[in-house]
This record gives sequence, C-alpha cells and structure tokens, in this order.
Amino acid sequence: MSTTSSTTPVKAERRLTIAEAIREGIAEEMERDPSVFLIGEDIGIPGGFGGAFGVYLGLPEKFGHERIIDTPISEKAIAGAAVGAAMMGMRPIPDMQYADFLFECMDELVNQAAKMRYMSGGKLKVPLVMRCPVGTANRGAQHGQCPESYFIHVPGLKVVAPSDAYVAKGIIKAAIRDDDPVLVFEHKLLYGSKGREQAGGLDLTAHVPEEDYVFPIGKAVVKRVGSTITVVATHLTLYRCLAAAEELAKEGIDCEVIDPVTLQPFDTETVFASVEKTGRLLIAHEDTLTGGWGAELAARVAEERLFSLAAPIKRVASHDVPLPVAPILEQTVVPSQARITDELRKLAKV
Amino acid sequence: MIPIDITGLTRDDAMHLYQEMLRIRRFEDRVYQLFLKGELPGTLHQYQGQEAVAVGACQSLNSDPKNMDWITSTHRPHGHAIAKGVSMRGAMAELYGKATGCCGGKGGSMHLGDPDVGMIPAIAIVAGGISVVSGLGLAFKLKKTGQVALCFFGEGATNEGAFHEGLNFAAVQKLPIVYVCENNIYGASTPFHQTSLVTDVADRAAVYGIPSVIVDGMDVVAVRTAVAEARARAAAGDGPTLIEAKTYRFAGHSRGDARGYRTREEEAEWADKDPIERMALAIISTGLADAEALAAVRLAVDTELEDSVEFSRNSPDPDPSEALTDAYATPITIGASS
Repeated sequence: MSTTSSTTPVKAERRLTIAEAIREGIAEEMERDPSVFLIGEDIGIPGGFGGAFGVYLGLPEKFGHERIIDTPISEKAIAGAAVGAAMMGMRPIPDMQYADFLFECMDELVNQAAKMRYMSGGKLKVPLVMRCPVGTANRGAQHGQCPESYFIHVPGLKVVAPSDAYVAKGIIKAAIRDDDPVLVFEHKLLYGSKGREQAGGLDLTAHVPEEDYVFPIGKAVVKRVGSTITVVATHLTLYRCLAAAEELAKEGIDCEVIDPVTLQPFDTETVFASVEKTGRLLIAHEDTLTGGWGAELAARVAEERLFSLAAPIKRVASHDVPLPVAPILEQTVVPSQARITDELRKLAKV
Repeated sequence: MIPIDITGLTRDDAMHLYQEMLRIRRFEDRVYQLFLKGELPGTLHQYQGQEAVAVGACQSLNSDPKNMDWITSTHRPHGHAIAKGVSMRGAMAELYGKATGCCGGKGGSMHLGDPDVGMIPAIAIVAGGISVVSGLGLAFKLKKTGQVALCFFGEGATNEGAFHEGLNFAAVQKLPIVYVCENNIYGASTPFHQTSLVTDVADRAAVYGIPSVIVDGMDVVAVRTAVAEARARAAAGDGPTLIEAKTYRFAGHSRGDARGYRTREEEAEWADKDPIERMALAIISTGLADAEALAAVRLAVDTELEDSVEFSRNSPDPDPSEALTDAYATPITIGASS
C-alpha cells in the first residue's frame, strides 16, 4: 500500500483510498490535539506493518513512539488501557487488527467503556475510538466476521461503518472529537487498491478535501436517488447494491440506495423519508441475518412507517453459519450481487 | 491480641488512622442494620475486617485535588470509597439510591465511587479494574503529571485473564501503578488454595518482572508503609509493584452468606487480629492517648454516621427522567425513533 495520495491519477480533484483518508484524518487530529494517541498491536514497530492494512504507515515517524504505543498481544489490556486513559482526559485510538478480536475485550467495551459515564452519574466521559476491520476475504471463520450489530445493542456505545474515503476521513475525525466511545468498523476489501480488484473493479477512491472537515455521527448518505425500492446497505454490500441498482435500472426498477454510515445512533429519518417515497425496503449487510442491524432497522420501519409500505420488508444478509474459506463456499454465504439483484427484482414485483 | 507497631507515629497521626478505620467499620455495621430493616435496595458486599488495607493504602496517596492519585475498586468498595474521601453522606445516599448519592443513584453499592475525589465507579466484574487501571497509569505517564493509580482487587481476581494481561502491560510500559491485592482467602465461598497452587499471590509478580511485597493486612501502618514505597517507585517512573495484603473479611461474601464454608475457630483467630482493636491497643499501650480519647473519636464517628443516615433518609429520590440521562455525553434518542 502506498503512503502517498498518488495511487490513482489525480485529475481535477484529489482522490484517496479509505486507508489513506483514515490515516490523514487521524494525523490531522493528532496534530490538532495532543491528547490523541494510538495503541495496539504491530502499529508502530519500525520495519513492521504500520497496523493492520497499513493504515498507520508514516505516523510513527511523524508523531513518535510515545503517542503510537505498541502493545503485547493483549486485547483486554489494549481496551482497558484505552478506557482508563479516556476517563483521565486522553483521546485514545485503540486498534483491533481484526474486529473478530473484539470478543477478547468484551468486558472492557461492554461493562466498562459503555457504562462508566452512566455509573458515575455523568461525571466521567470515555472518549475512545476503537478501530475494527471487518469483512470476509478468504480468511475463514475467525478473521472475517462483521460484528457491528453486537455493539449497537449496548447503550453507551456508538457504532459507525464508513464505506467511502470522504466519509471515512470526516467520521474518524468526528469520532475522535466525540466524548463517547465510538467503534469504527471498516471493511478490509474497501481500504485500497487490493480491495478494488477483489470488490469487482470498483473505483473506491473518492474526493477527499485536504482541509479540516468532519462528517457527523448519526447522518446517512443517499448514494443513489430512486423511486421504486429503498435499499439500505453498508461496506462491500453497499457497492454490490449500487451495482445491482444500475443493472436493474435497465429493467425500469429504480432503486434509492442509502448508506446509513452510523449504525448507532441510526439515521432512521432518512430511511423513513425514502420509504415514504418508494413503499419498498430492502436491507443488506454482510453480517449474519439473525439479530443483525437490519433486524433493528426493519423493526423500526415496521413500527413507525408500516402504512407507507406496499410490500414486506426484505433483508439480504450472510446466512447464519460461520464463515468458510473456500471461495465458492464463502461467496455462497455472503450477500452476492446476484442474490441482491434477484431479491430486488422479486421485491419490485410484490 | 497483639497491638500493631506504631513506633514513631504522632498522636494525631495514630488517632487519624484509628478514626478512618472506625469510620468504615461503623458505616458497614450500620449499613447492614439498615439493609436488614429493608431501607436499602439491592445487595451488599461488606468490608469489616479489611479496613487497615483501604485506610493504609489511601493514606499513602496524594489527595491534592490538582494532582490527586486515583483508585479503582471492586464489588466490595464501601471501605475504599470512604478511605479515598467519598463523603459518608454521598456514600450512604448512594446506597439508599437517592439523588444526593455520589453517583446520583446510578451506581449503588457495587459501583460506589466519585471522580471528584479520585475514584472511578467501582468495577464489580472481578479483575475489571486491573484492565482499566492501566489506562489511568498510561494517561498519567503520557501527561507527565506524577500522579499514581492504585488498583484494589481480591486474590480471586488473580486467576482472571485481565490480571495477566494488565500486569504484563503495565510492567512493560513501566506505568505508575500500585496493585493492592487484598487476599481475604475466599473467593465467595471457594478458598484460594483450591484454585491455585501458588500460596502467595505475591509470587505471581515475578513472572511479569515486577517486585512484590507481602504485608500484614490487619496492620494499617504496615500497609501504609508498603504502599508509600510502591507509590514512590511508581511516581519515579520505575513501574508497578504488587502488594499482597493478608486479610480477612469478618462478614460473609454478600448479604445472605451464612459462612458455612469456614470454621468459627478460623473466624475467631482472625477476630483476634482485628485491625481497629489492634490499633486501639497500640495507642493505649504506648500512652499516645487514653480510653476516653478513643471514646471521643467513636462519638465523632457515630455523629457523622447518623448524620449521613438522616441526610439520606431526607434526600429526594432521583427524578425518574434521570434514568434516561448520562448514557451518552452527546445525547442521542434513546429507544425507538420519533
């Protein structure tokens, strides 16, 4: 992965990958606020990896090893140190390498980070930003899960899932400035050039302004305006939905595709407004079906906008099995573009 | 009963240590009565017997509000809270679930604490504080404030993964932390020797490359001395120390515990080491003060205690709307939208 912004030809606008955008956002915040620091495994070792997926490459040279803390392989220690430091006025950015490892520090996240403010009667705050790469990539059952939905269930945590570089830079900055614990889920196949190939040749760079900006937590983005079906999706699945929408446009099925960006607090208003227009809703995510965030969104739409619906809500998600490795098995489990297209076509006819 | 050694202590110092321990003892005894009367909701994990540890440890910490040391605590936090400076009114009202409690009624017995005096809400997950205290120490180290974090936990916590990860991380980062293990022998009903082949928790420090010390947890002066040395070492940038205080809880694990897993003889042996009585004996036998002076301390403590009970009884309940505040610093819509 390149450490510069020159991985794609620069035209009128500056285009960055998500990895580059996140790196730039973090660097800007570290520059602005001395209380921001990074902590995790393999993030700053000279000659090492620059963190999983190289997001931190170049940062140790710029900010020094006091603010980029390499740890033992101890997720509880990482998360606990982040919670404690956050309560003492720092703004730590702990790193999980793989979101699957979050299960190693569920106590620190669920019992401590999420509850310290409440238990203290509002006297404490816990401003930490946990970075968690998700997504299947032929790595099997323990290195490819999308566990975002576990955390939307925990009052006290915020959960974001950026899917493009512009949003990624803005929301990592918003998360760092936020006074609550924020989990940032990033898809491994969307980070950069490697992701482009595997994601089916999509150009996932986006215009990213050099100037300081934040993308607010809790705000969805309408990625494609349409009138027939509302589609809500994140990460790689979002791009599959967008591709499906283009395919179906030729058949007269005009999808409105929404990237929720934040999963907790969820921008239900944007979805409600769209559903009022289209009367149909398909929710797609790479997380498994049962208890996924799509279930929560479906429930809220059913509660609040049932009479706007002309057809039952449809969810397309990974099947309820662990992730296999063989590519043909893996692609059977996750929501493929073909499955999404097929379900959209059926939904349009209801 | 053998008095503790108070050689070199001034009268004021000795009387203060006695009073601080007595405040905890009388608080706990009164709380138990109030609980049995049905005045307090929830459950209780009581601290009688271990007062020398909380008081000795907290007396070694910097309490200057501008640069104070912090503590983390456990499901048995009443003694730690009072020793660290949480007001008796604030603590008692919290147990009553009143708006005037130190956590506004949201913490309760197991999460007693007050950031205003350097105590985060007690963490009632065993060893939970060992994870989090690393961050306190890390913040102090990064900010170069000279502050120290002290982590209280029981011997049972040393069989949790958090103990291993936390001590190893703090050791390698040379964090300004003092670990105080209160070895009261039993994890709920289970004796330590049944869960570990290591007799002394202190032995576990060596594998993380940090020093440890075993101290008589029924001797407030011994605890204070050990913690003061460990604190100085931490503040100097030399890293954490593990202190094992051998102690005993006189009450059961929690409110309904009939203590069938231990003998009355063993309890009597430990009662003979009562840290408050040993201190009183030392004060009398050295002539620092007489029985009348100690009685005056007891009266002052009971006056403060009864004031806290009356204060709590007369305090308002939290407004029900308070239940939905403080989950987030930046308020979000709770529950279903619109």
